Amino acid sequence: MHNTAGGHPAHLQHHFSDSEQQASASKLGMWLFLLTEMLLFGGLFAAYSIYRAWNPEMFYEAHKQLNVQLGMINTIVLITSSVTMALAIRSIQLNKRKIAVRFLIATLLFAAVFLVIKYFEYSHKFHLGQLPGKYYTFTGLQGANPHIFFSIYFMMTGLHGIHVIGGMGLIGWMLSRTTRNHFSPEYYTPLEMTGLYWHLVDLIWIFLFPLLYLIG
Amino acid sequence: MSNHTGTHAPHILPMQLYLGVGAALLFLTVVTVVVAQIPLGGWNLVVALTIASIKALLVASFFMHLYYDHKLYFIIFAIGVLTLSVFIVLTMFDTLERGAVYDIKARPINPKAAMYDKPSFQGQGAAVHGDTTKAGGFAAPIDSGTTKHDSAGQAKPSGH
Repeated sequence: MHNTAGGHPAHLQHHFSDSEQQASASKLGMWLFLLTEMLLFGGLFAAYSIYRAWNPEMFYEAHKQLNVQLGMINTIVLITSSVTMALAIRSIQLNKRKIAVRFLIATLLFAAVFLVIKYFEYSHKFHLGQLPGKYYTFTGLQGANPHIFFSIYFMMTGLHGIHVIGGMGLIGWMLSRTTRNHFSPEYYTPLEMTGLYWHLVDLIWIFLFPLLYLIG
Repeated sequence: MSNHTGTHAPHILPMQLYLGVGAALLFLTVVTVVVAQIPLGGWNLVVALTIASIKALLVASFFMHLYYDHKLYFIIFAIGVLTLSVFIVLTMFDTLERGAVYDIKARPINPKAAMYDKPSFQGQGAAVHGDTTKAGGFAAPIDSGTTKHDSAGQAKPSGH
């Protein structure tokens, strides 16, 4: 189980003194990356705050064009996918590889459901001309500058959607590596890092949903 | 001294904990949707952000293991939250109070954009018509002098 070669596990890089140090270094790097991700989305949250403060009525009217049911279903789907991701890692910690594979497949499926729902939301808005900036052609909203809301909506959900697609790629990769028996209770760092990334994607959606769909 | 079995400082959390946190997150999702239907004025945003922050804390603490991990990772996370708060709050001080210092004239990025020829933009005072070629002639739809007061209750920074 240890894949030992000269007393060292196979996963241990020579520049680390032990597995624990290697895992902590990976996690530190991952958290620094997640910090940059928070700041990346933070720019968009700042833009949202500024334009909502300037156009409170417009934001309120424009947000009614979003489908709360679909947004809520997507929130539930993404939270559930976070649970299955956490359980996949737990299964590897307990050396239950087959169960981990099933949880990873479930996570991948929930991510796909999220994107399918997002696709229907987007295509509906494309059809109505509720598009960002100068592409906005919808005539059903009164008041100045409704296109600003849809610019922000598409940029925030779009950047988030790109992260979901990237996450699916990572989860698919981890799924493949898990089936190829790359992970064990001694070494599952890549799976753990993928989990951290996936939970951050979930965390960002937790803020996007009320800010875009539930403007009171 | 290489301890092969205890290498990953494993904090294997019980299944019930993950399911419980998941259930709490789903419950809070329903709560936030229900509360949003009740008109509370500026408090709607406060309630929505409070619930979102609780959910974020649950995800970070248990799914991302920050509650059990070395403090360093939590500090990095906290630095992110703090930086964003400072960034957004200071930006809001500027953009909301600018009107008190000088007259703001918002300008379209591209005054000749096809958008301004659309019927939805006619007669709103926000439109720049096709014959206007200079951005300087644009009348501001954003008059922060008047919107400042209305938006005071809703202009909370979005936090994270």
